[in-house]
Amino acid sequence: MPASLIENDSLLAIDVGTATTRALLFDVVEGSYRFIASGQAPTTAEAPMKDVGEGVRMAIETLQTVTGQNLLDTDGRLIMPVQPDGQGVDSVAATISAGPALRTVIVGLLEEVSLTSARQLAETTYTSIVETLDMNDRRPQDEQIDSVIRARPDLVIITGGTDEGASNSVQKALEAIGLTCYLMPAEKRPAVLFAGNQELTEDVRSSLGKLAGKLRFSPNVRPSLDTEDLSPASKTLAELVPDIRKEQLKGVGELDSWSGGHLLPSAYGMGRIIRFLSQMYSKGILGVDVGASATVVAAGFTGEHSVSVYPQFGVGEHVAGLLRYISLEHIMRWLLLDIAPDKVRDYLYQQALYPTSIPATKEDLAISQALAREVLRLSLKAATSSFPPNEKSLRHDLLPVFEMILAGGSPITSAPTFGQSLLLLLDAIQPVGVSTVVLDQNNLLSLLGVAAEKNNLIPVQVLESNAFVNLATVVSPIASASYGAPVVRARLIPDSGNEVKVDVKHGNLEILPLPANQMAQLALQPARRVDIGFGPGRSGAMRVVGGVLGVVIDARGRPLVLPEDPTRRRELIKKWLWTVGG
Amino acid sequence: MLAPITHILGLTTIVRERMLPVSGKTVVRLNQKVSATDVVAVAEYAREHVLIDVSRNLGISQDAADQLIRCKVGDRLSQDMVVAQARGVMPRTVRVPRDGKVVAVGGGQVLMEVGETRLELHAGIPGMVVNIIPDRGVVIQTVGALIQGVWGNGHADTGLMLPLAEGPDTVLTPNQMDVSLRGSIILGCICQDPDTLRTAAELPVRGLILASMSPELIPLALQVRFPIVVLDGFGTQPMNSAAYKLLITNAKREVTLSAEHYDRYSGNRPEVIIPLPVTDQPAEPRNIEAFAPNQQVRVRRSPYAGVFGTLVDLKPGLTTLPSGLRALAADVKLENGELIVVPLVNLEVVG
Repeated sequence: MPASLIENDSLLAIDVGTATTRALLFDVVEGSYRFIASGQAPTTAEAPMKDVGEGVRMAIETLQTVTGQNLLDTDGRLIMPVQPDGQGVDSVAATISAGPALRTVIVGLLEEVSLTSARQLAETTYTSIVETLDMNDRRPQDEQIDSVIRARPDLVIITGGTDEGASNSVQKALEAIGLTCYLMPAEKRPAVLFAGNQELTEDVRSSLGKLAGKLRFSPNVRPSLDTEDLSPASKTLAELVPDIRKEQLKGVGELDSWSGGHLLPSAYGMGRIIRFLSQMYSKGILGVDVGASATVVAAGFTGEHSVSVYPQFGVGEHVAGLLRYISLEHIMRWLLLDIAPDKVRDYLYQQALYPTSIPATKEDLAISQALAREVLRLSLKAATSSFPPNEKSLRHDLLPVFEMILAGGSPITSAPTFGQSLLLLLDAIQPVGVSTVVLDQNNLLSLLGVAAEKNNLIPVQVLESNAFVNLATVVSPIASASYGAPVVRARLIPDSGNEVKVDVKHGNLEILPLPANQMAQLALQPARRVDIGFGPGRSGAMRVVGGVLGVVIDARGRPLVLPEDPTRRRELIKKWLWTVGG
Repeated sequence: MLAPITHILGLTTIVRERMLPVSGKTVVRLNQKVSATDVVAVAEYAREHVLIDVSRNLGISQDAADQLIRCKVGDRLSQDMVVAQARGVMPRTVRVPRDGKVVAVGGGQVLMEVGETRLELHAGIPGMVVNIIPDRGVVIQTVGALIQGVWGNGHADTGLMLPLAEGPDTVLTPNQMDVSLRGSIILGCICQDPDTLRTAAELPVRGLILASMSPELIPLALQVRFPIVVLDGFGTQPMNSAAYKLLITNAKREVTLSAEHYDRYSGNRPEVIIPLPVTDQPAEPRNIEAFAPNQQVRVRRSPYAGVFGTLVDLKPGLTTLPSGLRALAADVKLENGELIVVPLVNLEVVG
């Protein structure tokens, strides 16, 4: 038995989301880590509780009821480590996404260089950029100072200057931020992260050390003009976020101490597990999470990874703001029911008023799923700029090939049928080539990413267990064919059972049944110029594992073009939904 | 499961904290009676800053400039006063561009606060000052009816409430409003027409109480200077029966609209407060409750959005809803006797 199993058995993982707080128990069963059970409760960061600790305790109490194992003592304190009578847990891992997006000021030298890196760094966590300062900012310094004060920042990210490069302009920016901090009341001063020219570290310390709310340093995000490295800075930022939250939300400090000072933003945990998985696969891994506070996209390519967090595309309190980025028609095109535009608009505003509420009617569910498709599509479109530049797509307007797609978030995982979950993901992501689509129905991903720091066996063994739902292996050919033209011939030879052959026509969605976890050989023969990831017109074969929906061939085209006529469009969406099981 | 609570109460004790955003001073006494428009605290704060770069203006080093600067932190300087003067036969001077106060001196520069403004914090609700928070604000207590809403446009005012709605689903139109309504608070119900808000602004009225409003009116509603409190939601929802009855019963009384923006973290939300005379002080409303049978509840989402009922029973396990989603749910008996099943997350306790 590996040493880490002996040293550190059970792990309690806690995620404090905007709407829901989850407590999950992992323990060793027959020599392997397993996800045992979960308990959840409404998050209590908001009034009247204003203390995330209450929601955490309630979630743990629910978990206790499910498992019959006491984790809290009679005073509500966590029992750690496990006692001789079996009560308690050995360790805690925790993530948080609750709290308003951090109001962030980004500072850089050039828009196209350091400021872009600063923006991408800010987007690795739950921030909202409220002001930017750069070298081309023509405002007098006092105007810049007033502008930053009015922005009421929680966080300032300073980048700029390659290592051993420009320093004067960065120092000018430091002066502006220093004066800004000086003018703000001590309790309202922002935290500052410096991720610029490393030669200026001491200057930054002397300028801002006593003025910033908190001051952190990370390696330069732009060590040279043509090199960008966000990873070390995003780690420092991920560690800084809980420190800021401790000041804003009661109970965060206690949760952090339970986790041994390793509380991290949920999105960071998700990024970490995607990076971990990408080291095990030859092609890309994509993780998406459509949440109330934000939509998160994490992509990993053989160890390199990016995380992008979009609070503006969350489906909670700020969902009505989505109409600043898209028109109502963008959402309505995904509706499978005939619903008036006013109703869709009212839905958005009502959802913003009651972000924790759920669709009770078929109409509301249709709007909710249409909305999820659109926020996911928007988020992916924005996130592609953060993907490693050497990750080429099969075509410039499409995503790279993702071998595995892991999806979480209530609109996706709570869909009444797996078919609805899958179709939502295929419509929004529009993967290409061959991908396995997996549902994170227990919202484990981000917690596994954080748990890996405590015990690296946990993510490996839990991922191999049945804690996730394998929806399907999806084949998505790229074809410039007319509707109805044959695009791919597929032959599925299960290890046990009968062979299935199908000729798939352009515009169609086909399912080849293969029971969950059953292995098969899948041979694909595309038509001329049709690419399934092996090159135009090139055939290929692979071992595939069955998902709950078997093997799906999505020949609807990339990008997916929906009919202009609303009635025809709705009929088509209904047909697709029927194909994947309704 | 913890229940969100909206207060719609005929008589209760209302306690509200009123705080300055910056440090200032309170101008009321403990136990002093205040009206909603009374100033309870004031602060002087500078809206802008001016950075005078003496070093650059005189073309000298920062250290040399520091030697020449004649002011210190805290000095109040008038426009055109000299802050530094170079030496020589034809000495150049650096003058103050605007009246202000010096907040920092160093590095050859002078930073000043200018455009000082007096910020007045109004009581917001009529009542008695029951606590003074030094330099920051007060706590005010009053007794009366309290109706909490879901959206406010950020303003507050007090006035006589006049109902224009003939029922909870009446659409408020511009032609219902005439000059006799000037200075009053109007109880409308549904507002869909921008001209309704424009007409109200032209009169002007002192406030508008609505059940629901078209979301397209939000930008205009944020521009008008009178308070707008939306009680039920966006779209064309009728007013919830409890609020409607309470407001109609109190027609022609003085009411205070505190149309604060809904802030889930602080708990601030838009409210209608109707001060009422009492002999015995009622209890403060409860803010924390778990869902339980016999509670009065309001449904938050369609198909029964805004409808009131009584929670009959919490259903065991997860219930499959008409949408196909599965959730914890409760049986709710509506006011018309109909029994419906509602997911708990779509309910709020009213009381």
